[in-house]
Amino acid sequence: MVDRPEAAFDVAAIRAQFPALRQQINGRPLVYLDSGASTQKPQAVIDAHARFYEHDYANIHRGVYELSQRATAAHDEARRKLTRFINAASWREVIFTRNATESINLVAQSFLRPRLQPGDEILVTEMEHHANIVPWQLIGAATGARLVAAPVTLEGILDLDAFAERINARTRLIAFPWISNVLGTINPVDRLIELAKDRGIPVLVDAAQAVQHLPVDVQGLGADFIAFSGHKMYGPSGVGVLWGKLEHLEAMPPYQGGGDMIEHVTFEATTWNEVPFKFEAGTPDIAGIVALGHAVDWIESVGIQAIARHEASLLATATRDLSQIEGLEIIGRAPDKASVLTFKLGDIHPQDVATMLDLEGIAIRTGHHCAMPLHAKFGLSGSARASLGVYNDESDIAALSLALRRVARTFAG
Amino acid sequence: MDQADSIAGEQKRIEDDFALLEDTRDKYEFIIELGKELKPMPDEQKIAANLVRGCQSQVWMTAELDPASGRLALRADSDAIISKGLVALVLRLYDKRLPAEILANPPDVFEAIGLGRLITPGRSNGLYAMVNRVRQFAEGFGQAAKA
Repeated sequence: MVDRPEAAFDVAAIRAQFPALRQQINGRPLVYLDSGASTQKPQAVIDAHARFYEHDYANIHRGVYELSQRATAAHDEARRKLTRFINAASWREVIFTRNATESINLVAQSFLRPRLQPGDEILVTEMEHHANIVPWQLIGAATGARLVAAPVTLEGILDLDAFAERINARTRLIAFPWISNVLGTINPVDRLIELAKDRGIPVLVDAAQAVQHLPVDVQGLGADFIAFSGHKMYGPSGVGVLWGKLEHLEAMPPYQGGGDMIEHVTFEATTWNEVPFKFEAGTPDIAGIVALGHAVDWIESVGIQAIARHEASLLATATRDLSQIEGLEIIGRAPDKASVLTFKLGDIHPQDVATMLDLEGIAIRTGHHCAMPLHAKFGLSGSARASLGVYNDESDIAALSLALRRVARTFAG
Repeated sequence: MDQADSIAGEQKRIEDDFALLEDTRDKYEFIIELGKELKPMPDEQKIAANLVRGCQSQVWMTAELDPASGRLALRADSDAIISKGLVALVLRLYDKRLPAEILANPPDVFEAIGLGRLITPGRSNGLYAMVNRVRQFAEGFGQAAKA
């Protein structure tokens, strides 16, 4: 984590670095409020991606020739940048995957599945993204283990006592989101990890909504695994990261078989390459990984603390403005929130809200946001969600607020 | 068949309705009005079995064959007003038509009124799925009529 402590934050200058934001949608300037689903990319990342293909592209590892060595060096450099970004103890703990979803599936299949017996439990929360539910259900169905969900209050806060009560002698893993993709709640990760560690239970943190919003230090955190995606942190889609403690990674069997993950292959038996390569079968998205390294550089050049401060101030403005709209109800009122504002507008269907906003060039997301159990808890089939990125400013919030008032009038009566 | 009482005739009438609406917002406001006007389905028909798959909102549709005329009687509803307005347009085209006529007349009107991009499979409004469901009903009842 490199952060300039008092970095001057100039949102106009930052916004100007995102070419996709300089366009009109339906005759209006684009107001992009769907960064929780995926962020736009700064020019530096787009250029790095293109430059790699233009100048340095070849397959990595084992290439004797200059170009392959250059590509390998760029790929290695990206891993070092990610290692620094999350303050991992070693680059060997950083595994490149396709996305946070694949990272969680890897832990489910390779780490947890061999440890499960019928009647064992996996503890998650009610505010889980489906990516932190379904991989555990799959191995539960195969082994007879059970998924248990700790409740969330109607304010959108994890009930810590109920969470602690659900930890027992059969709990084999605890998994939770650092930040909820629907409620925006920042969970008390230190406290949750402490509860698990008291019982010696491994922890996976879904950090897909966290790494782009707050500083992450995996050595200080004390979790066993964290998962995140490149595309939500201003990097390319198709690249994600699994960080795991080296002792676990070394003990785990491979997830997929193929090239690069082997040490020696015969038809009788194959031995595995060392960590992290053991988990990186086949040619990866080399250019995407290199560009993700540049996304890390970009975030660090702005400063993650500065990003967090800017987004927190904007979220406060948005919460205040939207709360004043008649009939608008904000879902998720945790005191500690980041970046996400989910709401319903009277009885208007979220899809109708989003369709009308799109006509004004405003991009928000509707539906269940891959969290159907959480919506069921709040008695909703879906909701509308505006989510912020580093490039959003007060004018985006003003446009959203104005457009929502207009939508309310259009559908009235 | 008389032009006035054909799917082609109805397509023309819808085109005329939309001809007066200049920008996309006006078109949507008109669709919202159609949605508000569509007679709601009885709650007991809003069941999972009648859901149209492929819509982000809930869209329900039922079809019955009127044995005397051989025509399909369609009913539909949605919990989202824009989807309800779109399904109202689908009903204007296809309700009380012969299965063969339905199958012979794709909903070209959406392209003609400048809303063609709404009727691609990936769109969340479900228009594509609604039209497909009508065609499935027409195919099913068309087969049954032949048997």
